[in-house]
Amino acid sequence: MRNVFVFIRRHFNFLFFLVLQIIALSFLFRFNKFHEAAFLNVSTEVTGRINERYNNIEYYFQLKKTNESLVQENLRLRQLLKENYEGPDSARRLIYDTIKVDSGRTILKYKILEAKVVSNSTSGPANYLTIHRGFDQGVRPNMGVTGPQGIVGSVINVSKNFATVQSMLHYQFGVVAKLKNSNETGNINWDGQSPQYVIMKRISKSVKVEKGDTVLTTQISSLFPANLMVGTVAEIIPDNSSSFYTLRVKTATNFSTIEYVYVLDNLQYDEQKKLEDSTRKKIQ
Amino acid sequence: MSELLKNTIRFILFILVQVFILSKMPHLHRFITPYLYFLYILWLPFSLSRAGLTFVGFFFGLCLDYFTKTPGLHAAACTLIAYVRPFVIGLLISQEGADKNYIAPSFVSMGWAPYATYVVVLTLLHHTYLVLLEWMNFGSFIYFVGKIIASTAVSLLLILLTELLFFRKQKFRTNTI
Repeated sequence: MRNVFVFIRRHFNFLFFLVLQIIALSFLFRFNKFHEAAFLNVSTEVTGRINERYNNIEYYFQLKKTNESLVQENLRLRQLLKENYEGPDSARRLIYDTIKVDSGRTILKYKILEAKVVSNSTSGPANYLTIHRGFDQGVRPNMGVTGPQGIVGSVINVSKNFATVQSMLHYQFGVVAKLKNSNETGNINWDGQSPQYVIMKRISKSVKVEKGDTVLTTQISSLFPANLMVGTVAEIIPDNSSSFYTLRVKTATNFSTIEYVYVLDNLQYDEQKKLEDSTRKKIQ
Repeated sequence: MSELLKNTIRFILFILVQVFILSKMPHLHRFITPYLYFLYILWLPFSLSRAGLTFVGFFFGLCLDYFTKTPGLHAAACTLIAYVRPFVIGLLISQEGADKNYIAPSFVSMGWAPYATYVVVLTLLHHTYLVLLEWMNFGSFIYFVGKIIASTAVSLLLILLTELLFFRKQKFRTNTI
């Protein structure tokens, strides 16, 4: 027993170093797998407050761009108003009915919450945004996040007043998307090369794809409603060893200037998830 | 100003500079991540005990980690260089008792060549360990090697600029041994 104490005493520095290394690495691996770490909630709250101070200043330098992107979005939405759709003959009049009520039961699927971005990174291989809306304001993990121009990412961690969003520019982020012209679906990932481009994999070579084609979200992904903008095809890379294309997609969102985002609360997520989980259990 | 106060202010400043200036810089290349924050550990005084140094390294890294949302990544790398630091200094220090006569490692206290070697060795060690941990999750071998080399080069340039801009006057203290 005495020898053990002598050993610890003699190698105290090295053992202390080892203990700290193990703590740090366990934090890291746990976070990479489950997106949780000790003190993360408290620290998100603290770093969120500091980031908010910084953003208050930075915000003024981005006002022009923010304004422009919001006007663009308004324009797009105004284009969808039902008053814009009218044929020359009343017999062919097309009316967009926006009252989605079915026999007294509401079938609203996505509730939209607006949020201000207080911190944002694009330079690393794992990028996150911090938004000023948290648990108390209705944000939960696994909600989709979209910007005025296109999708942004998904919520992974929530504190009282702030939430951490895993950006589309993160090596673990993945979402199903489709080509607008052919409805062909493929997976969107980031390869870490440039913050302006993401990769869309497994598009069959029989599909006609051209540069500039629009890439949209599908209703298959429970994060996003269908037909939100993801980006446009910038480059078509034929993979000679398989019958699939890999597409380089220019993101619709400009990640370096983003100031406002919308959090999409999927009200039917829990039910869908429960059904899928129980099905999986039944099969096993 | 006392050493403790000076180092506390430095602690805050290095983290703020890393988080709000260097990390906000526009994306140059995927190999380049400008790191300067670990210079804080290289500037810590000689008088700190080895266990204390290791702990300060861990805590400093963890503080940055909570800003960059990578808990443990920078903490692991900082703990490593803080632990290795006394060995490197012990090997490189040229004058007898320089670590007693001066407060902290610098060009003045250690001399040009030993101090430069000290910075290069620890920078390379820090980056290698950091990129290795990143590489375990994703990326290719080219990414691993390329990022170490490019980031080390950028870091060394930043350190040189910092050393020139904020020249630390070091008084020779006698009768301290």
